[in-house]
Amino acid sequence: MGILNYKFESSNILITSLDGLLNWARLSSLWQMQFGLACCAIEMMAASASNFDIMRFGVIPRATPRQCDVMIVSGTVTLKMATRIKRLFDQMPEPRYVISMGSCSNCGGPYWEHGYHVLKGVDRVIPVDVYVPGCPPRPEALLEGIIKLQEKVRKESLVKKLVPSA
Amino acid sequence: MTAQEIYDNLKAKFGDAVGEARLDALQPWIAISETRTREICQFLRDEPAFAFDYLSCLSGVDYADGKLGVVYHLFSMIHRHKIVLRTMCTREHPHIQSVSAVWGTANWHEREAYDMFGIVFDEHPDLRRILCGDDYPGYPLRKDFKVPEFYNGMKVPY
Repeated sequence: MGILNYKFESSNILITSLDGLLNWARLSSLWQMQFGLACCAIEMMAASASNFDIMRFGVIPRATPRQCDVMIVSGTVTLKMATRIKRLFDQMPEPRYVISMGSCSNCGGPYWEHGYHVLKGVDRVIPVDVYVPGCPPRPEALLEGIIKLQEKVRKESLVKKLVPSA
Repeated sequence: MTAQEIYDNLKAKFGDAVGEARLDALQPWIAISETRTREICQFLRDEPAFAFDYLSCLSGVDYADGKLGVVYHLFSMIHRHKIVLRTMCTREHPHIQSVSAVWGTANWHEREAYDMFGIVFDEHPDLRRILCGDDYPGYPLRKDFKVPEFYNGMKVPY
């Protein structure tokens, strides 16, 4: 807060649009559905740990879908898991986002041909906002995915969504 | 104890239930009857001269000629010797006696073999699929398995 210190003492008023304020609040607190499916989850954990510190973007892991804004599908989506993922996604409140992390959840990855048990891309069951390529992606790549998602959120208009006539 | 001695002992005790063997292989194996696996394994575990107290692995096999099989890798922590047992069953009647009462670890291994090859282990206490969903069609590691077009409304092939 160094450069902002003592800057707003006399006139502490900021002018912005409602969308700007709401979006700023939303993109700064993208709470994350806490679960990992395979080795990508290790990189996701590394992203959460102190070296990469995903929390500085406001991404906090939550243990229930009802408190989450974003689901990071990190790893191989098996057919057995796909139905669970669909259900967890349905339990998340809107507006909700999905980051597909790693080759497996993007397109099936190494299981694309002979994976009798693997869903060839999580976008077959839930809509995906950001794809993060890699096998597994490094934590920087996941951070880049978060930033891309923040850009997307910044451009949205919740006000127009909520009030169709506006 | 060498593989030859193990084979001779088994042959003397169980007769016809012990079939062919290949004892000069890298991992010497002995074929046993699929209806008496439990009895033979119990003997191998409890007899102090053998003391096969550790089931290293239990795997299902599809030989692609109408036969399915199960291979047991046994090891003795006490005597540091090992042996491989093989059993066969037909695809039409895929039944093999369970050894989960002899080695507890066989419980999940047999469930896996059942899940992947459809081999039914008689007298198994809890024979359910272990990896695939309960409603998964077919047995994926059989040679003639075809990936289903859809599973629970989800398209499976790429």
